[in-house]
Amino acid sequence: MTAPIKDYLKRSNGYRAAKWSEPVVMEMTGSGRRGVVFEDAPAPDLPGKAARKTAPALPEITEHDALRHYLHLSQMTLGMMGISLFGTCTMKYNPRIGERASLDHLKGLHPLQEAETLQGVLEMYDKFSDFLCEVSGMDQFVFQAGGGADAAYTHACVTRAYHASRGELQQRDQIITTIQTHPCSPATANTAGFEVITLSLEENGYPSLEQLKSVVGPRTAALMVNNPDDMGIYNPDIKEWVRIVHEAGGLCFYDHANFNGVMTRLRARELGFDACMYMLHKTFGAPKGGGGPAVGAYGCAEHLVPFLPGPVVVKQGDGYALDTDRPQSIGRVREFMGNAPQVLKAYAWARAMGAEGLREAADISVLANNYMDKRLGEVKGVSRSNPGIDVPRMEMTRHSVEQVAQDTGCSIFDISMRMTDFGIDALWLSHEPFLVAEPFTPEAGELWSKEDIDYWIDVLEHVIGEAYSDPEIVKTAPHNAPIHQLTSALDEPGVWATTWRAYARKHLKSMAAE
Amino acid sequence: MGNFACVFHGESARFHHANKSTNERDQGQVARLGLIINPVAGLGGAMARKGSDEADIGARAAAEGRVSQAPMRAARALSAFRESCDAEVLAGPVLPDTGTVTPVGPDVLQGTAEDTKACVRAMAGQVDLILFAGGDGTARDICAANDTGIPILGIPSGVKMHSGVFARSPERAGRMTAAFLSDTRQRTEMVEILDLDEAARRAGRLSARLYTVARTPLDLAGARQNPKAGNTDPVGEMDAALAAYVAGMREDTLYVLGPGATMKALKDRLGGGSLLGVDVAEGGLVTGTDLDERALMARVAGRRVRIVLTVVGGQGFVLGRGNQQISPAVLRAAGMPPIDVICGAEKLAGLNPQELTIDTGDVALDGTLAGYWPVITGPGRRQVMRVVA
Repeated sequence: MTAPIKDYLKRSNGYRAAKWSEPVVMEMTGSGRRGVVFEDAPAPDLPGKAARKTAPALPEITEHDALRHYLHLSQMTLGMMGISLFGTCTMKYNPRIGERASLDHLKGLHPLQEAETLQGVLEMYDKFSDFLCEVSGMDQFVFQAGGGADAAYTHACVTRAYHASRGELQQRDQIITTIQTHPCSPATANTAGFEVITLSLEENGYPSLEQLKSVVGPRTAALMVNNPDDMGIYNPDIKEWVRIVHEAGGLCFYDHANFNGVMTRLRARELGFDACMYMLHKTFGAPKGGGGPAVGAYGCAEHLVPFLPGPVVVKQGDGYALDTDRPQSIGRVREFMGNAPQVLKAYAWARAMGAEGLREAADISVLANNYMDKRLGEVKGVSRSNPGIDVPRMEMTRHSVEQVAQDTGCSIFDISMRMTDFGIDALWLSHEPFLVAEPFTPEAGELWSKEDIDYWIDVLEHVIGEAYSDPEIVKTAPHNAPIHQLTSALDEPGVWATTWRAYARKHLKSMAAE
Repeated sequence: MGNFACVFHGESARFHHANKSTNERDQGQVARLGLIINPVAGLGGAMARKGSDEADIGARAAAEGRVSQAPMRAARALSAFRESCDAEVLAGPVLPDTGTVTPVGPDVLQGTAEDTKACVRAMAGQVDLILFAGGDGTARDICAANDTGIPILGIPSGVKMHSGVFARSPERAGRMTAAFLSDTRQRTEMVEILDLDEAARRAGRLSARLYTVARTPLDLAGARQNPKAGNTDPVGEMDAALAAYVAGMREDTLYVLGPGATMKALKDRLGGGSLLGVDVAEGGLVTGTDLDERALMARVAGRRVRIVLTVVGGQGFVLGRGNQQISPAVLRAAGMPPIDVICGAEKLAGLNPQELTIDTGDVALDGTLAGYWPVITGPGRRQVMRVVA
């Protein structure tokens, strides 16, 4: 948990994000400016056509210019430095020791080395697989998938291989999911060639058994669901769901994106699921964000192990080997062994937490969310998704500011942008389609202290107050962030340039002409 | 009442041309708004008249001392509009309770639909959008006079609001209008204009007709600003869904194709058909257009049949409103054939409650048809919706 800060809202009145008048590095060039030059550096020996004839158009700046420039840019980063309750992403602190460990232990290795010389890495993969098998009840984990969607895709491919091996692939061409399951499940099922049947929510906050039964049949290849969903509601019928799908001959995949609140409280296999997925970059403390390296750890029960992407780490004598002789394998979903540094960081985190730690973290995240839920319920204009359902919410809850928008014209986007003026990272709204109008979905997890959560809600309450008293200040926000609102839509190709060359072509030429 | 007077641009076979369009406005051109306020809209609701279409509704209301909410609701929308847009507003036949507007239309009001139509004609070529306070009847009147195909958007103020042109609240209508006028591209989509027959409704019989289609602003607010969303393309999804549907059509089957903008795009892939009528197709071609119940009975007899429908209007009706030609008798004559519904996921998500409705007029049949229907929402995609009678 983060440290308590007294009178946070009062103190944050003076908050201003760093705002430097920073040019694009290409504009900083000055002839002859340079860093250290090594006189005796060897000229690269390139084959004829690979060597360029003219020097690249790089800026000429000093080492100090470069350092100062990028330091300024880093200070103007939008978000990830304030309080971030970015729901469905399970924001966690990523211990520096994991970063250090992956640097120290992996930087000298190459995945094409002989397995005999990669014993430490293979041991880590094997032990982490065992750890996650204990957590999930599955029989084998693989770490090849480069993210949650990649793991879902892995499952779609395993489903295809499994039914093909039984001669039923032609017949089983449908995968069932729910409207509140992450969009990557239907997307990857489609990519793997299946038709997707999406179930709609009903009064209890999840689809009824009758609705499921209406589509399960001889064409059913698999069920792909999360539980609890992003509204924080746990479907208590899930065992019966799995039974119905199994009875029809389909497989069941548990997308454990929302695992944080149920860690050590349930095992996917014990609920009957054939396979599941954990996001190491979310739930298991490895870094995430910016589309950087991620890992979707995919685990399955014995009957699906032959189809796993390979190679799979196996024990051999006193050591470990890579099993490549896997005739039923779906092949690869990613090169080499996936993002090994992320696996190491997650393994370090999981071992440091242990079973007790995981349970405590799960309990804190549910407690924190229910505390938030209660306080948010007292904020003017804020409502909860499925307001008529009084079951306790798990580690996150979807809320809405529809009333505020109706009364003041300030949308959730306006409110989110205004909150950044107080050092709050932009909110997470909702996956599409928006079933709840003006949605937002905070998730405190186990990281954020009660003081931080209170501050976050205080800011929301303050901004909603502003929406009623002075909506202009909310609609024109942010005012204290490094940049303010964009003046034109990002899909105006005449305005926006994402490379220096495009910028020069679109804007410098016309400026020169004037 | 001119039923087919709305002009829509281009009848291309491609869904994204047929159903969605962009009107590029010249940079220098000043945007203007038309505001139509129907002074009798909504009066019939409180008077239990099931609507306000009767010619003497104004007189009846006056006798009862009732005042329409429409001018007040229009003022609420105008106020929300003014928060971010200072464009000139041409308003008529009556003026909003508050707000600065330029009056248009007849000097002397008849107190009938003619007043609304006169205003619409006066706005031709003058405004980018017509915002109106009224219900389905007002929407119909506007479409009947809207020969230049100006996009329209409804401020919910009527008794009957089955059409797809209504915003969820006056404020939302005002904000959508401001966003539309300030968008240089002014993107629109086609929606259905339905209206119930009030005389029949008063007699206890529900009978809705699909009168026409109209252009309305495409609401992209959610999609544009959602940071984690990919580039969802509802138009492309539907286009691909229709292509996949056509590819899967069987030679030996007679397809009964319902009305609506989505169905028109499907019919265009089958050689072209009607927008508002029920057509049949076989062997990859539309072979009968705008068929009535008797003609349908004759065509389905002895055939393997599939019915193809879309969700018509803004209230989730799939059968019985706007497509009554596909009657209980037709369904029975066709041997209770399978029914495919094609509708975008965004439209389904906007339904509250999350369900579809059927109302064939035959209670027993409705009971048989009710249940869970997998609706085609994209290529390789179906969403199960609860269908209730």
